[in-house]
Amino acid sequence: MAGPANEVDGLGRCQGGKGLEFLQPTSLTEALELKAAHPGAVPLAGGTDLMVDLNFDRLRPEAMLDLTRIDELKQWWPHDDLIRLGAGVSYTRLVSEIGEYLPGLAIASRTIGSPQIRNRATVGGNLGTSSPAGDALPPLLAAGAEIEVASAGSSRRMPFRDFMIGPKKNALAPEELIVAVHIPKARGPQQFSKIGTRNAMVISVASFALAIDAGTRAISCAIGSAGPVILEAPEADEFIESSLEESGAWDARSRIDNSVLQRFGELVAQGARPITDVRGTKAYRQHALAVIAARTLTWAWDDYMASA
Amino acid sequence: MRAPTIQKRTEQRGGVGESVQRPDGVPKTKGEFAYSSDLWAENMLWGATTRSPHPRARIVSIDTREALATPRVRTVLTHEDVPGRKSYGMEVPDQPVLAWDDVRYQGEAVALVAADHPEAARRAAGRVKIEYEVLEPLVDPETALADGAPALHPSGNVIRHIRIRHGDQEASAEVVVKGDYQVGMQDQAFLGPESGLAIPDGEGGIDLYVSTQWLHIDLDQLAASLDLPPSKVRITLAGVGGAFGAREDLSIQIHCCLLALETGRPVKMMYGREESFFGHVHRHPARLHYEHGAMRDGRLVYVKARIVLDGGAYASSSTAVCANAACFSCGPYNVPNATIDAYAVYTDNPPCGAMRGFGAVQTCFAYESQMDRLAKALDIDPVELRRLNAMDTGATMITGQEVEGPAPVAELLKRVRNAPLPPDGDAMDIRTLPGGVSNTTHGEGVKRGVGYALGFKNIGYSEGFDDFSTARVRLSVVAGEPQVEVHSAASEVGQGVVTVQMQIARTELGVQQVVVLPADTSIGSSGSSSASRQTWMTGGAVKNACEAVRARLLQRAAQRLGKRHGKLTLDGANIVSAGSGSVASISDIVGDDPIEETKEYHHRKTFPLDPRTGQGNAHVAFAFAAHRAVVDVDLDLGLVRVVEMATAQDVGKALNPQAVEGQIEGGIAQGLGLALMEEIQISQGRILNPSFTDYLIPTILDMPPVRADVLELGDPHAPYGLKGVGEPPTISSTPAIVAALRDATGRPLTRVPVRPDDIVGLDGQSG
Repeated sequence: MAGPANEVDGLGRCQGGKGLEFLQPTSLTEALELKAAHPGAVPLAGGTDLMVDLNFDRLRPEAMLDLTRIDELKQWWPHDDLIRLGAGVSYTRLVSEIGEYLPGLAIASRTIGSPQIRNRATVGGNLGTSSPAGDALPPLLAAGAEIEVASAGSSRRMPFRDFMIGPKKNALAPEELIVAVHIPKARGPQQFSKIGTRNAMVISVASFALAIDAGTRAISCAIGSAGPVILEAPEADEFIESSLEESGAWDARSRIDNSVLQRFGELVAQGARPITDVRGTKAYRQHALAVIAARTLTWAWDDYMASA
Repeated sequence: MRAPTIQKRTEQRGGVGESVQRPDGVPKTKGEFAYSSDLWAENMLWGATTRSPHPRARIVSIDTREALATPRVRTVLTHEDVPGRKSYGMEVPDQPVLAWDDVRYQGEAVALVAADHPEAARRAAGRVKIEYEVLEPLVDPETALADGAPALHPSGNVIRHIRIRHGDQEASAEVVVKGDYQVGMQDQAFLGPESGLAIPDGEGGIDLYVSTQWLHIDLDQLAASLDLPPSKVRITLAGVGGAFGAREDLSIQIHCCLLALETGRPVKMMYGREESFFGHVHRHPARLHYEHGAMRDGRLVYVKARIVLDGGAYASSSTAVCANAACFSCGPYNVPNATIDAYAVYTDNPPCGAMRGFGAVQTCFAYESQMDRLAKALDIDPVELRRLNAMDTGATMITGQEVEGPAPVAELLKRVRNAPLPPDGDAMDIRTLPGGVSNTTHGEGVKRGVGYALGFKNIGYSEGFDDFSTARVRLSVVAGEPQVEVHSAASEVGQGVVTVQMQIARTELGVQQVVVLPADTSIGSSGSSSASRQTWMTGGAVKNACEAVRARLLQRAAQRLGKRHGKLTLDGANIVSAGSGSVASISDIVGDDPIEETKEYHHRKTFPLDPRTGQGNAHVAFAFAAHRAVVDVDLDLGLVRVVEMATAQDVGKALNPQAVEGQIEGGIAQGLGLALMEEIQISQGRILNPSFTDYLIPTILDMPPVRADVLELGDPHAPYGLKGVGEPPTISSTPAIVAALRDATGRPLTRVPVRPDDIVGLDGQSG
């Protein structure tokens, strides 16, 4: 009896096989060509998810595509009222360089991992993994971000809600790479809060992002770690927008009633679809979301009231 | 004879009582320390283990052919290839080296592979075809204890039952409080997973380099299972990345040697983090029912307790853990009447055994929770209730043993009570608030709580075990300077026993240059780096050996110098007499004829517990600590930040104050972990979180500043008066934190780790 057909080296490699190929393009064009030639190649950015999967033997890719040598992916620049954020910008840089334009994403970035992880990990990586627990994802949804993906010879942009389609599933085609994220510059206060059972370096049990557009008088929420994808909470959005409208709070810059905050929290909790797992119970996730939704709204509204 | 070269009396440096820096500190910090996982030998193979995916199953057949046919694979072994004793265990040899008929927990080892490459070994291990008849696991210890439960082992399901009947069994009290408590399964979470390297000597013998806590108990078990005389098995301690009890039981030792002897080549084995969760025992989960009876003035009348420890699939050290749980079940209090039943029970859960605090942790959480509950029932301040009942020297334990030596329980409590309280949290810095950097509160919902706890535990091995350590000390002259070589088998597991041996040799022989040789089995046993005993026991052996060397040195000096100087003594590196001052240096007398002595240190005799009454002088000595926890709790989210831990502990004598501080802070971190987050979650015998992704241990933002008050009261029976330091910080820190949480929340919180749901009140618990 033998191992898998034609295995020659005990490492799963067959006659003529090259084993794991490690591809190191230095330009985006080259990377996209390699991805077209090796659609099974797994992109490597910070490696903070991928290397763990390799260590736990959950993943045995035929090839890895190292994107860390591509300068184009590490750039960001403002254009119109957007920030074009290269997929390879680290969270450390995001916080220090772009925080003023993207405050919600910056707050979320500070909650990610440890300083060492933030030095390596990228928004592109969070998008590539598409985990419901990805801390950068709720602020992207709340801010109305669009994801730019490319393949050799073409590129396309799609809203975040069309990009993430399931737990660890996204709309990326095998020959495509995530190139950038286009995020509107904040047009009002933004907030983010995450529940974890220790005070740092923790995977979220539930998270919540909120963005106020002071110009259009719109409020957008997004819920993380409490459903198969990052969830919107349209009922909560509509409720708070109409409450603020009716009470004249936008113009008066007046406080939000506790009963309104509480109702807002309830609607956010109702918008969640959590499960019970090793990190937390369904009941706690729902309870906690109601609390952090009301708190983050309060903090953001305090900022709005304080703004001239 | 040459003229004496009198050396100027220099201040002795690096001796007992100084904060001598440990030699492994800087290399570990810089990532340059060689752990056992870094071992390498020319031509070595890699071993891998095939484990049962089922918590309970009968093995129908094992087919190794496909694994053997995998390229690069050199051998595949099963139980049939174990030449000697087919099972092992420190106290009860009930655990198969490789399972043959039944598997009793998820992750039990069934087959072994050695290959040229670690990946090939792992792949082949996955190709060992094992046909199982899967059985329903027995995972509830109460069910396992009940009449008619299926027997998991030929001896039945009770590993041990300790029965303590002390005083008046009919005693009645004016106020009675009852409570049920639970402790989850904690992991030792050491830094360096199990690893080692076995090298066959070509003559049927084997050399093993491995991380372990007790070389000689490994040696005994290895020799039995390999069917080799002990002289053919040599073990050397490799770089250990923490232990905390998890390295008392064997892991890779027999497996690695079997593969090396079979292939005739060096074999390395190294578990990954996930395999490590299946590769060592954990802290016993416990269910504890308590009843405390007291007079209205607060004096305790009786304690009744039923303690059930889930031992899991194999005995490990459950027998001794059970005895500790029973003996220390009432806390450091005067309890005139006690009725205690403690059980360690077999189940199909992961095996449980030694972990820092060893049975005293589980009961401390329960009895300290009870003391707070009693204080509430009596409307007495919880600190005052503890003071009123505090043990002191001369007190009688519930085992009938008199507490000799210092037992400053009330004093320790007073010191933590009087320590200044920390300032309020800074709402501008979220790192100081519950939830930390996750940005969950800017002060909303946060309430402060303060809680107290006392704990105690035995030092050293108990119940009549003749515990000893061996040390060899050699005094020679190297390049004109005296040098001391110290050799023992004591395992340096990070606690600092290498440094302590150096310090003792310097103090006893006045020689600056001390070399501690690698620990191995070419010398007699040092016993285990467990039970807070190693500084006492191996420290005692090194001291004894140094004294013997010194006596011979002075004898030789007297012979050389004649009787004209009268009585000679050692002062620094000089030999002095009362009349003549310095008369020679050590180097003069030793010359090129080194002086060497090997000595043992035995602690004073202990005795078994009476099987009917649990009475007996079972323990050598006791160590005490008090803790005060200050916590900030987010009442709405159930998140916690421990603000400060204050502790007072009697260490007898701090041989190395910096190391004592390290033990206190590290022990508190582990106690905090148990209070708030550390739990191996099990469902139907399966571990749900075998990784540091989901088994959370405290980070630097969870661990608060520690205010430590170290007392040195001196134990008359111990070398230098020292007491063990390692375990007391872990024991009472957990209940102190939970008491502080109760103070803030008003909820009963009867289970650790405390979950956010418990604090918020989502699980039906109410204030």
